[in-house]
Amino acid sequence: MRTHSALSRFNGYIGFATIAIVAFGVVVFETLRALAETERSKSTYAALADAPEKAREKKNPFEGDTQAVAAGGKLFEQHCADCHGKKAGGTRKGPSLLREEVQQANPGTLLWILTNGVVRRGMPVWSKLPEPERWQIVTYLQSLSAHSVKPDPH
Amino acid sequence: MVARVVSEPVRWEFPGLIFSALISLLLFCCSSFAQESPYIVTYNHYLEEPGSLEVEYFSTFGTQRGDNDFHAFWTEFEYGATAWWTTEFYVDGQTTFHDSTVFTGFRFENRFRLLQREHLVNPVLYVEYEQISGADKILKEIEGHDGEADFADSNAALRKEHKHELELKLLLSSTFKGWNVAVNPIVTKNLLPSEPWEFAYAIGASRPLALKASPNRCNFCSENFVAGVEMYGGLGDMQSPGLHSTSHYLAPTVAWNLPSDWTLRLSSGFGLNDNSHRLLLRWGLSREFSGFGEIVRGLFGGRP
Repeated sequence: MRTHSALSRFNGYIGFATIAIVAFGVVVFETLRALAETERSKSTYAALADAPEKAREKKNPFEGDTQAVAAGGKLFEQHCADCHGKKAGGTRKGPSLLREEVQQANPGTLLWILTNGVVRRGMPVWSKLPEPERWQIVTYLQSLSAHSVKPDPH
Repeated sequence: MVARVVSEPVRWEFPGLIFSALISLLLFCCSSFAQESPYIVTYNHYLEEPGSLEVEYFSTFGTQRGDNDFHAFWTEFEYGATAWWTTEFYVDGQTTFHDSTVFTGFRFENRFRLLQREHLVNPVLYVEYEQISGADKILKEIEGHDGEADFADSNAALRKEHKHELELKLLLSSTFKGWNVAVNPIVTKNLLPSEPWEFAYAIGASRPLALKASPNRCNFCSENFVAGVEMYGGLGDMQSPGLHSTSHYLAPTVAWNLPSDWTLRLSSGFGLNDNSHRLLLRWGLSREFSGFGEIVRGLFGGRP
């Protein structure tokens, strides 16, 4: 009898602990989801404003270099197109790079974004590409124009 | 008369279909050009791109004084869960010549980027659980007082030892003017209480042969090659730390990143002291599949 009673009490504890764990899990999950939603609702291009002054002032060594545009286009296709679209018009994974915010940004700002990524929003750091290659990508991006290239239909 | 009921063998068509679909995805879909480092043992701070799966096969041929040479091999499935977290699963085995081929265990590792942006030194935390046998010879990490003599036995004898280990590394890495320098201090704990913490290190330096891309797609352009050198070895254990009775290797290494999305790595490791294997010849082939996570999610009814 005592054994049965102890067993019932034990089962009660287990049940209570399970409910507590599930409730805790739901609270944590919902909190994380709310935080992620808040993060998403911030402007997609806000990270451009994070570039420090020194980085913004950097000059593109390949400015106006058509060879660099071609090389940058190749690099973009290899490393960036999967998220930003083949024509840089954006996909579900990454924003359009044809928008004014990007096209009007300083070359140094774009290089800084490429180098540092936007890790919290899913863009990895690209400093594994040597700096001249990153400049080639910037040169390519700035050769694009919202008027001449239509966004991808993603 | 007793009726005999012969049960039909269970037919696993559904998992078979999923497996075929996954293999098809791997072969024909969503490949992505990878810019991989040439390191085989050392890690730098670059993680897998989010949603990408990298499948890697590696081989190590090792010489063994006083016993048979061996060929150890492992396959890695590396997935970019987020831009700051990469998770990886390994299975490994080995063939000891004139002996046998054995499965030697699995490993599950996670790497976490600790800082959001690039800094002069970028730290990444590496946590690995491994369940391997004593016959494991991939020599991915040389720890504690590991040495060549540990392997001078038959596979049957070596397999009797089972290890459940936790391995922690701090991956410190820096990239400047095309050069990458990575330093990995390592601590390992066999989960048996009687076993001490063991220490090890791996360091590496590498650089692409060209820092500027050519305008055309090419296989043999120097920008596709990254050359480097690694050095790795044990640093003793908690009871007897230091360099005595440890083994160390120096390994020039090269990676060839092909525009067809494959990466080939070659490395020849030379033992630096009498406790080391004289030669560890390694090669690896890998392919990265971008968008893999989304496609798999779509297959199972999730939002692609």
